[in-house]
Amino acid sequence: MDKIENNKAWFLVLPVLLLVAFSAVIPLMTVVNYSVQDTFGNNVFFWEGLGWFKEVLTSSRVHGALGRQLAFSAIILAIQIPLGIAIALCMPKRGFWASVCLVLMSLPLLIPWNVVGTIWQILGRTDIGLLGYTLDQLGISWNYARNPVHAWIIVVVMDVWHWTSLVALLAYAGLQSIPQAYYQAAKIDQASRWKVFRYIELPKMQGVLLIAILLRFMDSFMIYTEPFVVTGGGPGSATSFLSIDLVKMALGQFDLGPAAAFSIMYFLIILLVSWVFYTVMTNIDKAEGK
Amino acid sequence: MSLQWMAWTMPTAIFFGTIAGLLILFTILAIRFPETPRRGVLTIETTRGDRLFITLLGSAFINAGWLALSGQPQWWALGICALYAYAVFRWV
Repeated sequence: MDKIENNKAWFLVLPVLLLVAFSAVIPLMTVVNYSVQDTFGNNVFFWEGLGWFKEVLTSSRVHGALGRQLAFSAIILAIQIPLGIAIALCMPKRGFWASVCLVLMSLPLLIPWNVVGTIWQILGRTDIGLLGYTLDQLGISWNYARNPVHAWIIVVVMDVWHWTSLVALLAYAGLQSIPQAYYQAAKIDQASRWKVFRYIELPKMQGVLLIAILLRFMDSFMIYTEPFVVTGGGPGSATSFLSIDLVKMALGQFDLGPAAAFSIMYFLIILLVSWVFYTVMTNIDKAEGK
Repeated sequence: MSLQWMAWTMPTAIFFGTIAGLLILFTILAIRFPETPRRGVLTIETTRGDRLFITLLGSAFINAGWLALSGQPQWWALGICALYAYAVFRWV
């Protein structure tokens, strides 16, 4: 134990702590306060106890939104992660075309979310949209505003279009960091392409892929803008994910109490998932550091 | 400063006071009695602070589950949380 711990360094974190307190902790505490009370505005509150939590926890509407949310996150992860890896494997490793690919891949990531929503909203329309019109001409009765399956297809495809490049870029960065010696050794052993992928590339990409899964899970779990612009959560509540449902409850109906209880449960789920990912990632780092 | 905009109530004040108190207590413990992380049943390295976090987060879910499923007084959930906290600090 020749390392000296100096806890005074913690004082340097103090400004950030103050900022976080005002931007996150105090609003969160206010939400907790709202969740046990009822209000009709004017800053007048009535004690409600755990009633809202019970309502939210047993509400079929919230269960439905949570189910749709989990399904959506599972679907986009199941598509984006393998697709992103496949794209990264196909990209040229160096030279002019590598740069072209990188620029093209990062383009969707730069577009603001509501613009992405508008693009796909228009693209899917049968009167003026290229996709909708083509499907219509092919004889498919396409209508994402009325058919829940079509609404899901367009929301999922939109998310895949918007975010697969992030996974691909992360996987590409992971691939680039593998030393050439590994491939040479594999060549000497006459390893097949699949074995190179399974035993060299995949293990070496593990770290970045976990980050990609975490980022994509969190982002998709909190998705709001794009489905809101394209389908508005409809038809009915077919694409009402957690955030959309929460905003409807808090702002549409001004049910601050139930919405606050809903937010806290939402927050707890995200906290749990983040903690699991964080623990897994740090443990992998430690195992590699040995 | 008026705290009215935050809509404080006594129970929520006690709730946050308890958490703040626990954080201060564990900070003091960490300074007075330094420790090395250990591995328990979850096979992950944990310090006292990690175990406190696991306890608090788990307790939130125990309370939510109790409220949704049991229909019994909420105090009993606190008892389960105490057992859970003991288990976490003993074995995790």
